[in-house]
Amino acid sequence: MSDIKKSWWKWLAIGLVAYTIVGGMLLEVPRLVILNESIRNLYFHVTMWFGMIVLLTASMVYSIRYLSKQDMSLDIKAVEFANAGVLFGLLGMTTGMLWATYTWGEPWSGDPKQNSSAIALLIYMAYLVLRNSLNDEQQRARISAVYNIFAFAAMIPLLFILPRLADSSLHPGNGGNPGFNYYDLDNKLRMVFYPAVIGWTLLGVWVASLRVRIKEVSLKLIDNR
Amino acid sequence: MDNALNLRFETMVVKEVKSLFYKELMLEWRQKYALNGILLYTFSTIFICYLSFNIKNTGISHLTWNALFWIIMLFSATSAIAKSFVQENQNRMLYYYTLASPQAIILSKIVYNMLLMWVLSLLAIVVFSVVLGYPIDDHGLFFINLILGSLGLSTTLTMISGIASKAGNNGILMAILSFPVIIPVILMVIKISKNAIDGIDRGESLDEIITLCAINLIVGTLAYLLFPYLWRS
Repeated sequence: MSDIKKSWWKWLAIGLVAYTIVGGMLLEVPRLVILNESIRNLYFHVTMWFGMIVLLTASMVYSIRYLSKQDMSLDIKAVEFANAGVLFGLLGMTTGMLWATYTWGEPWSGDPKQNSSAIALLIYMAYLVLRNSLNDEQQRARISAVYNIFAFAAMIPLLFILPRLADSSLHPGNGGNPGFNYYDLDNKLRMVFYPAVIGWTLLGVWVASLRVRIKEVSLKLIDNR
Repeated sequence: MDNALNLRFETMVVKEVKSLFYKELMLEWRQKYALNGILLYTFSTIFICYLSFNIKNTGISHLTWNALFWIIMLFSATSAIAKSFVQENQNRMLYYYTLASPQAIILSKIVYNMLLMWVLSLLAIVVFSVVLGYPIDDHGLFFINLILGSLGLSTTLTMISGIASKAGNNGILMAILSFPVIIPVILMVIKISKNAIDGIDRGESLDEIITLCAINLIVGTLAYLLFPYLWRS
């Protein structure tokens, strides 16, 4: 019983993701030119980006907390949340490229948001390479925490400011295009979209927490040997 | 009481920054090979570009000129600033640790690198214009842009070079850590300089200039706040 109480959010994640998949495929969506039925990708593509931002923000917060507390478990959390964020970023990019192939005509059209997100992924892959290049545990934790915070701050203008300054963008809400809200995020879409954001994000947190537990257990095994 | 203490800390940092900055200048002046090395690096890169684009017969568009200039500046900056923590050996680092606050060290290095980048970019633009032409219309904006660009390159790259120097300091690490982080700065700088080439009304570049200043400010503040954690090890 206490297990269920403690892991209520995991059940919520399963429920919401299941609802997203079933509801996202079957519920009625508005008919729009070009987009047609592919609008359903909104529940899978856009939600990945929301999830990624949340996970990477969590990673940065854990890095800040590591610097102030010097607790190794916080470092493990920071890296695993970054890992999950990168996974979500890759999935978001793949779903976006699939969507773009059928709506914009090509998988990569040099859209400012596409470019920015590719750069953001480069930053976090650099973070993971940096971690691998350091051998001392304490030093690895501290230096990668510094880079993590630094990189996150560099990513903010990349994801939120530069695409809006760009002259032209194919994404809604940028470069003079109206936002999704303006014309097609109607109530039918919202009914699935918001639960989908929460569901996928919770799933990401779950993945990250599982990996944190695996790492902690393996660290304990090494210590006991 | 607390205020007075803060004020004393600030004046102390300013003093330390000043003397560390002079130390950097003196050191560079005494071992001129590093300075000459980076100058030669930039000049030979420019010359290679000149030869490989076969300018005499084809010429290059303004767009290419602009991108080429800033890419050369980016690479020169990366190799110039990468050495800012390498040249200090372990023992001397320890000596600084006892003498100065980490904030003073990072600030003095940023100021020094900014000056270095600014001088380097001025010399580079002279050589660059000799071989590849000088299409700029709005000189004032272009030189303001050079200053802002040098500041942006120096703040970001100095911090990254501090990180890379703790991680065994290989050139690859410096590049992969800094390139994605520097892209916003480079994009803004390239845009402003394109506007300067076309001689567009300065009001048009205001958005980019403000964004560039904001990025510089954020990165500078973060370097100031985070460097002490890096320095401790």
